[in-house]
Amino acid sequence: MTTTREETRAPAPPITTETTRRGGLALYLAQVGALVWKDLAAERRTKEILSAMLVFALLVVLIFNFAFDLRRVEMDLVGPGILWVAFTFAGILGLNRAFALEKDRGALEGLMLAPMERSAIYVGKLISTLLLMSIMEIAIFPVYALLNNQPIRLDILPVVFMGTLGFVAAGTVIAAMAANTRTREVLLPILLFPILVPVIITAVGATAIVVRGGGWDELAAPLSLLAIFDIVFLVAGFLVFEYVIEE
Amino acid sequence: MPLLSVQRLSKQFGVHWALREVSFDVGAGDVVTLFGPNGAGKTTLVRLVATLGKPTSGVIVLDGRPLKASAASVRQGIGFVSHQPLLYPDLTAHENLTFFARLYGLTESRPRIDALLGRVGLAHRADDPVRQYSRGMQQRLSLARALLHDPRLLLLDEPYTGLDPVATDWLNRLLAELSQQGHTILMTSHDLQGGAALASRVLILAGGRLVFAADAASLAPGELAAAYLAAGRVATEGARDAGMTADGLRGAP
Repeated sequence: MTTTREETRAPAPPITTETTRRGGLALYLAQVGALVWKDLAAERRTKEILSAMLVFALLVVLIFNFAFDLRRVEMDLVGPGILWVAFTFAGILGLNRAFALEKDRGALEGLMLAPMERSAIYVGKLISTLLLMSIMEIAIFPVYALLNNQPIRLDILPVVFMGTLGFVAAGTVIAAMAANTRTREVLLPILLFPILVPVIITAVGATAIVVRGGGWDELAAPLSLLAIFDIVFLVAGFLVFEYVIEE
Repeated sequence: MPLLSVQRLSKQFGVHWALREVSFDVGAGDVVTLFGPNGAGKTTLVRLVATLGKPTSGVIVLDGRPLKASAASVRQGIGFVSHQPLLYPDLTAHENLTFFARLYGLTESRPRIDALLGRVGLAHRADDPVRQYSRGMQQRLSLARALLHDPRLLLLDEPYTGLDPVATDWLNRLLAELSQQGHTILMTSHDLQGGAALASRVLILAGGRLVFAADAASLAPGELAAAYLAAGRVATEGARDAGMTADGLRGAP
């Protein structure tokens, strides 16, 4: 009976799979690319995550601007902290929303059904969140500089990038963990910020060096430290994500 | 060799056993419908077969490969339709299928996606965001997603939930067509008549145990309904009565 059914099977539309022809790293990268494309395509249509992060970061910068008396406060000391408060808190909003959208209508389970390494989901989510946060940061930094009479210096870019990479590398794992709980909005910052303290302190210190006009020789130490934190968080995230996201 | 073999499968959530020592086989090309009252463990069982959970004990073997050891590669042979559509509401139908095609490693997937969208009657809405779809349309797209990679085993977890009679009739016809084409289907359902009509074999779960198994063709009139009601009593009256009721059932391993 089975044989008969197999023989009478109507021809399906043509199907070829990379898994049988290429597989390995090429397929892994294609899957990561698909995940990033999906996140950006959804965001391009809704602008849900980016607009929330932008508005929130802008409000933080504005509120701090009004809260401090600029004639008395030395912005070189306070400014970098304000900037990273805006970046990280807006980033929390973005991470929370990114995983909430995955949980909506069980979309995350659709990903889990695919024949892919769980770490590909981690890498894909990390890249898309990093891109969205970078757009937010690029938009917010000139506003911050304008409001606080700070120069716009391009050598802040590696500092912001490396600090954000550390934030997203740890944040993606914790957000995936928190997404399975009822109190995910509360749980994510509570779990994430203690882990991120070294990254944020180092990033604020490096930003302060840039703001007061320090050179690359001065930046080398904090950037190296940020690179170490990034590598540790990336490797740890890559290895544990499977256990976090599985049942 | 069966396409799917479930051997002494158990699943525990905290102190509650959702499945206990469930064993059955599904041959290639078979359509097996799994019945059972609410909380019987049907969804848990299907999710374990879909690799969406890990069993507490027992083995699931698909096409000769145990799921535990080769879950990632085994997923290539499984299509799953759940209560939820497992789709991205902000993407269009075409974008959703393109995304999943890339995850499954399909190249030049456009003709296949277009063919599947036509097959499930959504070609005219292919460029609309899924958010704008009705429940029935989402279910149809979900089925297209599950069939995208031409899986050997199609898992359907209560696919009729929330469908109106027109959509139910459409789904019945599509499943019959898939069955005729040789797809192996494992489906859960509360609809005794509809579920049994499509099936080559029926199973009933109660209280996490397999209490009834029979070839659909060999069922006497009313036998399935009687067994289902007995299974309902098993679920509500507890393990002691389960032993008593099971005497009246047949075919369970």
